[in-house]
Amino acid sequence: MEWNFDPFSNNSFNHYGNNPINASHSAGGIIQRTQSPKVWGGTTLGVVYQDGVMLAADTLGSWGQLARYRKEERLYPVGNFTAIAYAGDMSDFQYTKHMLDSLMIKEYYINDDHVLSTPHVYEYLSRVMYHRRTKMDPLWNTFIVGGYNNGERFLGYVDLLGTTYQSSAISTGLGAYYAQPILRKAVEGREGLLTEAEAIELLNSCMRVLFYRDCKVINSIQRAKVTAAGVEITEPYSVSSEWGFGEGVRGFGSQKQ
Amino acid sequence: MSSIGTGYDLSVSTYSPDGRVFQVEYAAKAVDNSGTVIGLRVPEGIVLAVEKLVQSKLLVPKSNRSIQTVDTHIGVATAGLLADGRHIVNRARDEAESYRDIYRVPISGKMIADRVGHYVQIYTLYSSVRPFGASAIIGTFDLDGPQLYMIEPSGVYWGYHGCAIGKGKQVAKTEIEKLNLDKLSIVDAVKQAARIIYAVHDEAKDKEFELELSWVTAQNKRHEFVPADLAAEAERLAKESLNEEMEDD
Repeated sequence: MEWNFDPFSNNSFNHYGNNPINASHSAGGIIQRTQSPKVWGGTTLGVVYQDGVMLAADTLGSWGQLARYRKEERLYPVGNFTAIAYAGDMSDFQYTKHMLDSLMIKEYYINDDHVLSTPHVYEYLSRVMYHRRTKMDPLWNTFIVGGYNNGERFLGYVDLLGTTYQSSAISTGLGAYYAQPILRKAVEGREGLLTEAEAIELLNSCMRVLFYRDCKVINSIQRAKVTAAGVEITEPYSVSSEWGFGEGVRGFGSQKQ
Repeated sequence: MSSIGTGYDLSVSTYSPDGRVFQVEYAAKAVDNSGTVIGLRVPEGIVLAVEKLVQSKLLVPKSNRSIQTVDTHIGVATAGLLADGRHIVNRARDEAESYRDIYRVPISGKMIADRVGHYVQIYTLYSSVRPFGASAIIGTFDLDGPQLYMIEPSGVYWGYHGCAIGKGKQVAKTEIEKLNLDKLSIVDAVKQAARIIYAVHDEAKDKEFELELSWVTAQNKRHEFVPADLAAEAERLAKESLNEEMEDD
C-alpha cells in the first residue's frame, strides 16, 4: 500500500480518513463543512443593567480537553452599538465575524445616515443560523447579542438551530447551569437598577464560580460593555480565587451544618 | 481636431498612424468637461473635494453624490460621466470585498488602485466597448499611511500628493502646488480644498454648484463626509477669500 500524506488529495487512499474534500461531500451533493467542532469556546454570560448591556467570556479556545488557545478574544463588536459573544466552534465564529463585517461595510457605504442597530444584527444573525441548520450545515455556535440603541437595551440569544430568545440575563455552556440562577436572581426585575459596578461584580463572581467548576474555563476574562457611549471591550484580566483548605466551608456534601 | 474624418477615431481597437488611440482621448475629453475634483494628501490623511455642478434646481440637495465610499477606509471621487463613475465605484467595491474575503485584511491603496486601473484599461482594448468617460480619485489610509491615487480613462494610474481633474484642473493644480502639503493639518487641508474649488468655479458658465467634501483621517482611518460644522466653516472661508480676491482686482 502506498502511503499518502497529502490531506487535500482526494484521488488516493487516505490512511487517516481525514480528507476534508471527501468529508465535505456527503451523499446527495450536500456540503457539510462543520459537523465536528474542533476548537471550542466555552461559557459566555450576558446581563442587562442600568446603562446598557454587559457581556463576559473567558479567553480560552479548547481543543478537546486541552486548553489549546489561551488568548482568544471571544467578544466582538459589530458596528458602534452592538457586541456579540460566542460559545462553540472557533472557526465558525471567525467566519461569522467576517460575514458581519462584510454586512456592516455594505451598510456603511450606502451612506444614508442609517446604521444597523442591534435588533437588525440579531435578526440577520438568527436568519443565517436557521438557514444553515436547514441546510444541515449549521454554524456550530451559540451567540449572545447585546446592544444599546436609541435608549433601548437589547440582549438576545441565538444558537446553531436558529433558536432565539431575548432575556435580561443569558448564559451559554455550563454557565447555563452554574451562572444562570445567580444572574437571574441579581438581574430580573432590577434591570433599571443594577449599577455598572454591581454588574461587573456579578459577572466576575459568576466567572469565578465557572472557573472553579467548569474545567473548560480559565481565569482570563474579558467583558464587553455596550452603553450610549458605544462598545467597550476590556483587556483580559483575572478574578481572585481561593484554593486553601476549606475547613470552614459549609452547606454542601455530607455536611449538614 | 486632426483625428476627425481620418477614420482612425472610430474604434478603440484602431491605432492612428502616429500611435494614438483617439477614442481614449475623447473619453479624457468627457472628463475635462466635468466639474472640478481635487484630492489632497497630507500627513494626517486625505481630503477629497468636488465641485458638483447642479443640473436643475428641482434636484434634492445632496443627491447624485460623486464622492462614494468603497470600503470603510477608502473614498472615491469621480469626475466625468456620473454613471460611468458609479460603475467604476461598484467595481472598486467588489474588488475591496473580494480582497477581504480572500486575505481577511483591508485592501491597501496600491492594490485597489492597481485593480481598478486594470479594470478600466480593459475597456480600451475592444471595439465592442467604449472607454470610461470618467476618472477616479482614490483616497485611502492603509498601513503605509495616507494614499492618493488617480485613475484616468486610459487605465493609467499614479500616486499623488495632490491632484485635480475636470474643468478647472489647470488652475487647481497651480493652487495645489502652492500648498505645503507635508506641513498642512487635515483641517487646513479641508479649508484649502474648499477654497480651491470655489476659486476654480466659473460663475459665468456654470451657475449653481454644490461642494462635496470628504476625508479619511489618521484618527479613525475611515472615509466619511467632513462634519457639517467644519464643512460650513470651510465654505464660509472659501467665499470670503473669493470676495477678497474680487476686491483686489
